[in-house]
Amino acid sequence: MITAEIVDKWMKLFYSKISEQKAYLSELDTPIGDGDHGNNMMRGMQGVEDSLDKLSNPDLKTILKTVAMALISKVGGAAGPLYGTAFLEMAKNCEKTQAPAELFKLALEGIKKRGGATTGDKTMIDVWAPAVAALETDSLSVEKIEAAAAGTKDLVAKKGRASYLGERSVGHLDPGAVSSQYLFESFIEAGGIE
Amino acid sequence: MTKKIGIVIVSHVPEVAMGIPKLLEQVAADVSITSAGGTDDNEIGTSAGKIMDAFERNKAQKLLAFYDLGSAKMNLELAVEMSDKKVNIYDVALVEGAYTAATLLEADVTLEDVEEQLAPLKIK
Repeated sequence: MITAEIVDKWMKLFYSKISEQKAYLSELDTPIGDGDHGNNMMRGMQGVEDSLDKLSNPDLKTILKTVAMALISKVGGAAGPLYGTAFLEMAKNCEKTQAPAELFKLALEGIKKRGGATTGDKTMIDVWAPAVAALETDSLSVEKIEAAAAGTKDLVAKKGRASYLGERSVGHLDPGAVSSQYLFESFIEAGGIE
Repeated sequence: MTKKIGIVIVSHVPEVAMGIPKLLEQVAADVSITSAGGTDDNEIGTSAGKIMDAFERNKAQKLLAFYDLGSAKMNLELAVEMSDKKVNIYDVALVEGAYTAATLLEADVTLEDVEEQLAPLKIK
């Protein structure tokens, strides 16, 4: 069950992973994108931290909505509206259910709608879709998430700036898939699936 | 008199967003044209907040929105969901599409006819 405490811990862990891997994420984004994914995510997560610091004892909906709005307004690149929409969908539905499988599924649908991408397009969805499937069978693990992100290396990009490169995008990891890997790893570390 | 339909330009670059209205105003003095460019810190990117602001500043209640690249569309869609104004987003070539729409709106051409002329400019 997702709670406000778990989300708070989750965001702190995600923030520290993004800080550590900022340069790596931008490096992944350089050959197939515009080289700013690490900086964009860092700016977004700084915004999330600043906004969450101002809340005192928020309920689940408030904290999820605050994360969404900070990401939407601070990230700048495509990751802003995509991650922002994911958290907004969770915020909208968290009064009906707090089950991770259900909330992440709704978040994934929001990402698909916002970006128009689907499984196999070499995007964050290639981590989110297997993660949701694993949550539905209570089998989410760090290994599965890492394997899903690593799997984007062999795919041809169909969406975003990487898609302009077509076949030339093969051999590179998708930066959004890797930041999503950190997001799910942080969720597991925060106790989200216990 | 200001036309009932306005135009909104969204670009990743503040200077591009500021420049296109200059071109459009030459042919559409009575069409309200507003724009949003760059992130909140004026870096390369787009901001749903800035786009919302461009919607609000526009004198028209119905807006035709034109954008440069993919993520601008995502932020545009987010802004549309949060706005009270009716906004249509067009996946057409930014400069040519907005220029065509501005010219036609100034001449009081119906939205249906504007859209018919925009259709062949669809590139994304």
